[in-house]
Amino acid sequence: MLRYALVRIAWLIPTLLAMALVTFVIMHATPGSPLDPQAPNANPLSPELQRNLADKYGLDKPLYIQFFTFLKNVVRLDFGISYIYRTRSVSEILAGTFPISLQLGAMAFVFAALGGIVLGTLAAVHHNSWIDYLCVVLATMGVSLPNFVTGVLLLLLFSLTLGLFPVAGWDAPRNWVLPTITLGLPELGVIARYTRASVLEVVHADYTRTARAKGLAERVVVTRHVLKNALIPVVTYLGPLLAAIGTGSFFVESIYSVPGMGKFFVLSMSGRDYNMIMAVILLYGAFLGVMNLVVDLTYGLLDPRIMYM
Amino acid sequence: MRDALIPQPPSPKNLPPHTLALSLPRRETSYWHDAVRRLSRNRLAVIGGVAVALIMVIAAGADFLAPYPYAKTNFAHAYESPSAPHPMGTDPLGRDLLSRMIYGARISMIVGVGSQVLVILIGVPIGAVAGYYGGTLDLCLMRAVDVMYAFPTLLFVILIMSALGAGLFNIFFAIGITGWVTLCRLTRGQFLTLREQEFIMGARAAGATPRQVIFRHLLPNALAPIIVAVTFGVPRAIFTEAALSFIGVGINPPLPSWGGMVGEYQQYLRGYWYMATFPCIAIGATMLSFSFLGDGLRDALDPTLKR
Repeated sequence: MLRYALVRIAWLIPTLLAMALVTFVIMHATPGSPLDPQAPNANPLSPELQRNLADKYGLDKPLYIQFFTFLKNVVRLDFGISYIYRTRSVSEILAGTFPISLQLGAMAFVFAALGGIVLGTLAAVHHNSWIDYLCVVLATMGVSLPNFVTGVLLLLLFSLTLGLFPVAGWDAPRNWVLPTITLGLPELGVIARYTRASVLEVVHADYTRTARAKGLAERVVVTRHVLKNALIPVVTYLGPLLAAIGTGSFFVESIYSVPGMGKFFVLSMSGRDYNMIMAVILLYGAFLGVMNLVVDLTYGLLDPRIMYM
Repeated sequence: MRDALIPQPPSPKNLPPHTLALSLPRRETSYWHDAVRRLSRNRLAVIGGVAVALIMVIAAGADFLAPYPYAKTNFAHAYESPSAPHPMGTDPLGRDLLSRMIYGARISMIVGVGSQVLVILIGVPIGAVAGYYGGTLDLCLMRAVDVMYAFPTLLFVILIMSALGAGLFNIFFAIGITGWVTLCRLTRGQFLTLREQEFIMGARAAGATPRQVIFRHLLPNALAPIIVAVTFGVPRAIFTEAALSFIGVGINPPLPSWGGMVGEYQQYLRGYWYMATFPCIAIGATMLSFSFLGDGLRDALDPTLKR
């Protein structure tokens, strides 16, 4: 298993290289450059100054040289300067904002996973009862409402009307509640759906009937026999999910003024902040790769028949 | 992937829909007739369908329904709460919000339905060709699809939009370019399982040309999952447009878009709750309607699915 994990981690490197290359090519193929961004607060510089700056940042070199310089620096985790913020390096900015996004993402992840698995299991066990319909409707709502819609509505209801939670900020745990729910709700819906479908399949399996027949309590049947077998498709979804919501959300962070890294996914694109684009894409890619590995290793814990090669 | 090329043993799931309908001993009903009957029994799906139809009517009749032009500013009546002349209030420029909402429905529908037409036009032919002919062509097409899959869709769309600039046509283009992948894979998968079955062999033996096999025999039998995928594609496109406009790289400003309205009025939430709330509800209701309709269609079109 250790060998398997090491091989998989080694495979991350070519994958990330390919991602970096494709992003690099698309980035440079789109019109505009970091010195001439279409961002709203960009300052227009004279052609002479632009040439000086291009020279300073190496933007006038041939593309393949730029790419290899980038790769050389990335090994030391140096992504270069942020073209939007100019005075700060990309690594500094991400070191300050990624932990906040990760914390928010992890809380939303726990909320979505626990809530979704419990709701989906209850729905499947009480198939076609009111709790099943409630689950289906809740899950559909969670899946289909965009999070900027739920974000604004929750903010309106709980902060502005009822005054239960602060409107913005990130200092106290009270600030964390609404962003966590907003970020986790769509995922809760998806997880509840997966769990319900998967549990429904297992509930009628022979080994479940055997477990019941030998007189096990219903709770033990569900937790030990049904859930353990039904969770494999759910776990498949959970891995990439943490990577996706752990790297921040533009919408949730902008509605609740959370100082996370979600905004850079959007700002770096519109501002042609080349270094920032590469950094956020690679961070996401590496996170995703590691999470997929964790998922594959978890399969083995849930189902010992799965062998690693 | 190779497994799919091995002929499948006939089971109800793999039989073409019309064969299944004929094998039932009951009175003669067609597959589509049955599907409509199953759909009309599903209460949520009917509600969703009626709501979708209503939104379509509002979108089509916006010119007659809207009390004011969507871009008409009136600073004497800015920041007004909902009242009889302005049922949803006015925005900071004094524009009537109800009118903007009604025209917003039109934008959402144009983007939702129009982009799906583009997605079908790109996705289905490529998937059909890859699935029917297979071989090296299939291999190349599917590797290209894999590369498209690796990128987070919204990021890719934002990248395209910031390169092309905001605008309705560019949104079509961006959603079409990113959205065809799913439909392509689906069509290919359907064709792969269908093309090895006896009725296709029979059609070939009877001398049908590849074009006839694809259009007369394969496509009609692959239609059900394609319809379901498109029904789910419409709300996803509406969501993408709303998200882009929220960020500010979607629809060009004087045109009203629900997502753009949420993004624009969100800062006034504290004093003027109604500005962002109505577009939020509209987006939510539209997305929900399409989801319920799509769920109902999926259940209705797949008779083997257990409820």
